[in-house]
Amino acid sequence: MSNSDRPLSPHISIYSWPITMTLSILHRACGVAMSIGLLVLSAWLINAAAGGADYARFTDVMATPFGRLLLIGWSFAFFFHLANGVRHLFWDAGHGFEKSQAVASAWFVLVAAIAATVAYWLFLP
Amino acid sequence: MAEFRLPPNSRIKKGKHFAAADGAGNVRRFAVYRYDPESGENPRVDTYEVDLDTCGPMVLDGLIKIKNEIDPSLTFRRSCREGICGSCAMNIDGGNTLACTLAIDKVKGDVKIYPLPHMPVVKDLVPDLTNFYAQYASIKPWLQARTPPPLNHERLQSKDDQEKIDEPAACILCACCSTSCPSYWWNSDRYLGPATLLAAYRWLVDSRDEATGERLDELEDPFRLYRCHTIMNCTQTCPKGLNPAKAIAETKKMLAARRH
Repeated sequence: MSNSDRPLSPHISIYSWPITMTLSILHRACGVAMSIGLLVLSAWLINAAAGGADYARFTDVMATPFGRLLLIGWSFAFFFHLANGVRHLFWDAGHGFEKSQAVASAWFVLVAAIAATVAYWLFLP
Repeated sequence: MAEFRLPPNSRIKKGKHFAAADGAGNVRRFAVYRYDPESGENPRVDTYEVDLDTCGPMVLDGLIKIKNEIDPSLTFRRSCREGICGSCAMNIDGGNTLACTLAIDKVKGDVKIYPLPHMPVVKDLVPDLTNFYAQYASIKPWLQARTPPPLNHERLQSKDDQEKIDEPAACILCACCSTSCPSYWWNSDRYLGPATLLAAYRWLVDSRDEATGERLDELEDPFRLYRCHTIMNCTQTCPKGLNPAKAIAETKKMLAARRH
């Protein structure tokens, strides 16, 4: 029988994070961030439909440094979630489970997401 | 639900320091989690200075030296000292492994030693593995066959079929993988964890076993199997170099294939 008086051994505070675990948590964080971003996307559409002054006010807010920071964050979340989602598809098909492969694909996905974010903000808008 | 903070009775206090004897040359500091159930006090981390010139090469040698020469109250499990019994599984330098197969040289800085993570602690480095063993028993880890065995020989396998179970059958149930898994930390009451799921896979792919359908039925559950989110800590940490994450993925594939 387990004894509830027993202390619980430390876990997240003492475990050293492998890159694969860090990306797993980042994947979930990006998913949550994008759910919040969806509200902002809706606000953008509502203001676009309202037109004129409302739309101008919305774009002004998003053009502030803080607004830009949020948008860059959301674009990274999108690219990372997309790239890591493809990584998960390979896993679902049973590929890429060797330790070296999982670590290599982790770095590949991270670099790809950062590169896509940088490229998007440099070239697209 | 994920509970990130330790409960009040589990928070770690500052412990005692045991300095090396004068004249000790090659000193290495071991920081070891201590909990004495009879003291009524919270766990603490004691530090021991160990002279490596008179110590064996492995982390387990260091622990045995501390117990023999510095502090006989230090409690830990160990048996074979060659990585086959799984008794000395613990968290060393931030990762779960066997103290007997990790060289002290491989650890940079202080040698930090904790019990396996997110487990009830019986004493010092000894976790309570009751739930872990009960989960292992729950998957019926034995051969289930309805057809009677052949009269004159054992149930035979081809070499290829044998090779399918070679790796998963090499698991020593040390619990390093399950206790490295954040999903297992938050849901060990319902999620079976990588060690048990690797064992389940070992029987799913055994050509002699005839209960594959029932075994898959038992696993088709949002928690027992599908709390695996491919975090990969299990495979990263396995001291035997096994791959529970891949076995779990193959199990998910078997379930998906069965539905279509």
